[in-house]
Amino acid sequence: MQDLRITPALLYLDGVSVAFDGFKAINNLSLTLDPGEMRAIIGPNGAGKTTMMDIITGKTRPDEGRVIFQGAHDLTTLDEADIATLGIGRKFQKPTVFESHTVEDNVLLALKGARGVVANLFHTLSGAERDRLDEILALVKLIERRYELAAHLSHGQKQWLEIGMLLAQDPALLLVDEPVAGMTDAETAETAELLRRINATHSVIVVEHDMAFVRDLGVKVTVLHEGSVLAEGSLDQVSANERVVEVYLGR
Amino acid sequence: MSRRPSILTLLGDRGGAVFVGVLLAAAVVVPVLNLAVPPSSPFHVPTHTVVLVGKWLTYALLAVALDLVWGYCGILSLGHGAFFALGGYAMGMYLMRQIGPRGVYAHPVLPDFMVFLNWRELPVAWWGFQHFPYAMLMALAVPGLLAFCLGWFAFRSRVTGVYLSIITQAMTYALMLGFFRNNFGFGGNNGLTDFKDILGFSIQAPGTRAALFAVSALALASGFLIARAIVTSKLGKVLVAIRDAESRTRFLGYKVEHYKLFVFVVSAMMAGLAGALYVPQVGIINPSEFAPANSIEAVIWVAVGGRGTLTGAALGAILVNAAKSWFTGVLPELWLFALGALFVLTTLFLPKGLVGTLLGFWPRRWARSHKPGLSASVAQPAE
Ligand SMILES: Nc1ncnc2c1ncn2[C@@H]1O[C@H](COP(=O)(O)OP(=O)(O)OP(=O)(O)O)[C@@H](O)[C@H]1O
Ligand SMILES: [Mg+2]
Repeated sequence: MQDLRITPALLYLDGVSVAFDGFKAINNLSLTLDPGEMRAIIGPNGAGKTTMMDIITGKTRPDEGRVIFQGAHDLTTLDEADIATLGIGRKFQKPTVFESHTVEDNVLLALKGARGVVANLFHTLSGAERDRLDEILALVKLIERRYELAAHLSHGQKQWLEIGMLLAQDPALLLVDEPVAGMTDAETAETAELLRRINATHSVIVVEHDMAFVRDLGVKVTVLHEGSVLAEGSLDQVSANERVVEVYLGR
Repeated sequence: MSRRPSILTLLGDRGGAVFVGVLLAAAVVVPVLNLAVPPSSPFHVPTHTVVLVGKWLTYALLAVALDLVWGYCGILSLGHGAFFALGGYAMGMYLMRQIGPRGVYAHPVLPDFMVFLNWRELPVAWWGFQHFPYAMLMALAVPGLLAFCLGWFAFRSRVTGVYLSIITQAMTYALMLGFFRNNFGFGGNNGLTDFKDILGFSIQAPGTRAALFAVSALALASGFLIARAIVTSKLGKVLVAIRDAESRTRFLGYKVEHYKLFVFVVSAMMAGLAGALYVPQVGIINPSEFAPANSIEAVIWVAVGGRGTLTGAALGAILVNAAKSWFTGVLPELWLFALGALFVLTTLFLPKGLVGTLLGFWPRRWARSHKPGLSASVAQPAE
């Protein structure tokens, strides 16, 4: 059968631009992510990293360009819920969990499954779902605190809870915005390990300023600057790039 | 959590069980004390008390409906009085048509106000209202449909917060202006009144009044259980998630607008039922029931009792109205100031309301199961 897909890439940003009050936050940005790949995105404050994720997840509509997912869906025409249902999950820069829900309920809400009103009115937890909850809570080391309100978690634990929610969603692509901000060195190392494990079965885009963490991940790096790609390659390659040193690393 | 919600899990906690228990008991005991105990006995409950408390029970149902959308989904409706009034008008239209030829003008079909306006025939909107089941269906369907239309546009366009509140307030205000007009066809300024009987029973008879009281108590208990079923389901957790972090909920794949629409419509229908039970007890429905102030008062009841607790909303409605009855007897001109002061004081010193604050002092286990959005499984982790 003929493959009707536009591109074999999992995610393909094609000439995307968006301006806020005349300020071009994203400027003719093109980027390709292969299936199964993990990509690190770095770049100075205001480079447009979070805005790029906003565009991919439907929060922000670009003025120009296309965002093709799995070669078939133009994400710029869909809303947040549709995009999430297609299989794109997101962890926010500022950890956002449901504070008045328990840790367990946070994961439950994220758990892959029907998202409709009626289905959720009559939803009962299946054995498989219960096992999956246990598994994820164990993985993100929150099993002891499962019945506590998410509001009571520390900053680092909220970060992990959000990663757990991402895992529960089981999306094809995970967008992870600054996962180790506010974490200790030990927690940072554990998070890198966790992301590598997640990458075994999922594609990942991770934005991070922590260079030790990015090095630890050991994946291809894209440097964003003023809304477009400044350099791409291994961390050593981009670190050797003069422009990159000038605008970002050498600050 | 894996169990289907049985009646016991819906009661969920002691507070809910006591609440429903008291209502069921009142539905039996109050009519008995009113009808079977002689007035000379200290246990006799006079009819005017039955009617007064029966009216409060319908307010309590309105408060539960409002708490469902505001307390659990963060939709601050300042127009729930409109749904209540529409339900009331549906009942009022049924009651008007029951008068038949016993009106002042003795017209076999047309209510007095239509004869007075020289109308020749019954407007289409009034057709079918001589049938009780149809009128009751309308008492639910009309508020539900209005909520659906308003919610459809507002939630899809992502109107939230204060803008949504203003839209709901404008809705009830517009309806008030409409219903005030004679040519709108619902009795204009005077509204609908002089009712004679309901389902063949005289509306003034103590027996009918006691029965209406009992039905109001049962309706409140049912409304509470339905609301409780909704908020303890996974859908209820989604509602709380929307309340706390709407955009986060979207990124998990939930169509927020569908959830809001569902709960808004259910709530509007519940408010409509409350209005339908209110009208035969007070004997009149007129456009002032649409007054924006009424909707705001309902918000105050919920705030005072404790939003996001359901029982608190109902208790708030009853307590504030009990205070209102007392106040309007003693210092009528000061009531509005007292109500305002009550609202300010609650907001400042009891932000969780009476019930919400009480729960804070209660043993943890009970309090936990009571917090909005917490699963019933929290109270019974081992299964
Ligand atoms: N909704 C918005 N309205 C106006 N300006 C915006 C909006 N979102 C982002 N911007 C601007 O776009 C630019 C890019 O912001 P963005 O948050 O994407 O940067 P970033 O690369 O994530 O930076 P950081 O490393 O600090 O998180 C910034 O100048 C920001 O102020
Ligand atoms: Mg950012």
